[in-house]
Amino acid sequence: MKKAILGKKVGMTQIFDKDGKAIPVTVIQAGPNVVVQKKTVENDGYSAIQVGYEDRDEKKVNKPLKGHFAKAKVAVKRYLREFRLDNAESYEVGQEIKADIFAEGDKVDVSGVSKGKGTAGTIKRFNGHRGPMRHGSKFHRAPGSMGASSDPSRTFKGKKLPGRMGNENTTVQNLEVVKVDAEKNYILVKGGVPGIRGSLVMIKDSVKAQ
Amino acid sequence: MDLIKMIESEQMKKDIPDFNVGDTVRVYVKVVEGSRERLQAFEGFVLKRQGGGLTETFTVRRVAYGVGVERTFPLHSPRIDRIEVVRKGKVRRAKLNYMRERTGKAAKIKEVL
Repeated sequence: MKKAILGKKVGMTQIFDKDGKAIPVTVIQAGPNVVVQKKTVENDGYSAIQVGYEDRDEKKVNKPLKGHFAKAKVAVKRYLREFRLDNAESYEVGQEIKADIFAEGDKVDVSGVSKGKGTAGTIKRFNGHRGPMRHGSKFHRAPGSMGASSDPSRTFKGKKLPGRMGNENTTVQNLEVVKVDAEKNYILVKGGVPGIRGSLVMIKDSVKAQ
Repeated sequence: MDLIKMIESEQMKKDIPDFNVGDTVRVYVKVVEGSRERLQAFEGFVLKRQGGGLTETFTVRRVAYGVGVERTFPLHSPRIDRIEVVRKGKVRRAKLNYMRERTGKAAKIKEVL
């Protein structure tokens, strides 16, 4: 990972490119992030930076966290996340990370917590197929066979069954950055990103980019 | 939501004429032929307007050589040079889908005078 930033999903809209084509974009309020702590190989066994995002009422933070922010001499933040960047040593505590670390045309991966769908069947959850609804069929949306009979005499682990769907960490890879505004701190990426509006997302350089 | 409105308002056109469903309009579309650009007009009545803000679209229907042709344009598309309102129509529906089944005299829309 070369660079990353925390942000909030604002919502989706479209913009017209120079050919007049409408491009679907997600608006992400990205940063400014502040480096709160530096993790080093000597101290922690690995190198990374810890960044904070979005100011928060000081009264709502407990004493240990308050001390953690006071040590870095930064304002109290709502979110703290770690980035294991390749060049983590080059960052200083208190340094600001802004949206302009990305430029138009960059390929990025966006991570977030996907929308919760509750208990879902196998058709919705694993894109299974449905049986006929008519013509005497009694097989509609059921998961299907649990496996063979006397051998193996059990259902294999990993059999696709109904259960909780969504509300898990998800990454969408290889999205194109359409526009960056460092002044107003927003980034437009082409396509959708995981999560509800207002949820925390992390934008990082794409693992698939050349 | 304010940020989205701000981003959208930057791209929205302000010179769009006031037209509604049932009106006959002439849409001048920029067409690229090889290296040069020219304007192509598409005239018909507005079948529907959908969406809001920057994403609003409208559909124009015309019958050309006995074949019904419908084109849907994004209202704020930069590919649209201008829209001319030719005739104001009097209709009582927001979507004129019933016009697709009509031909001849029944396919006429009364004019607002």
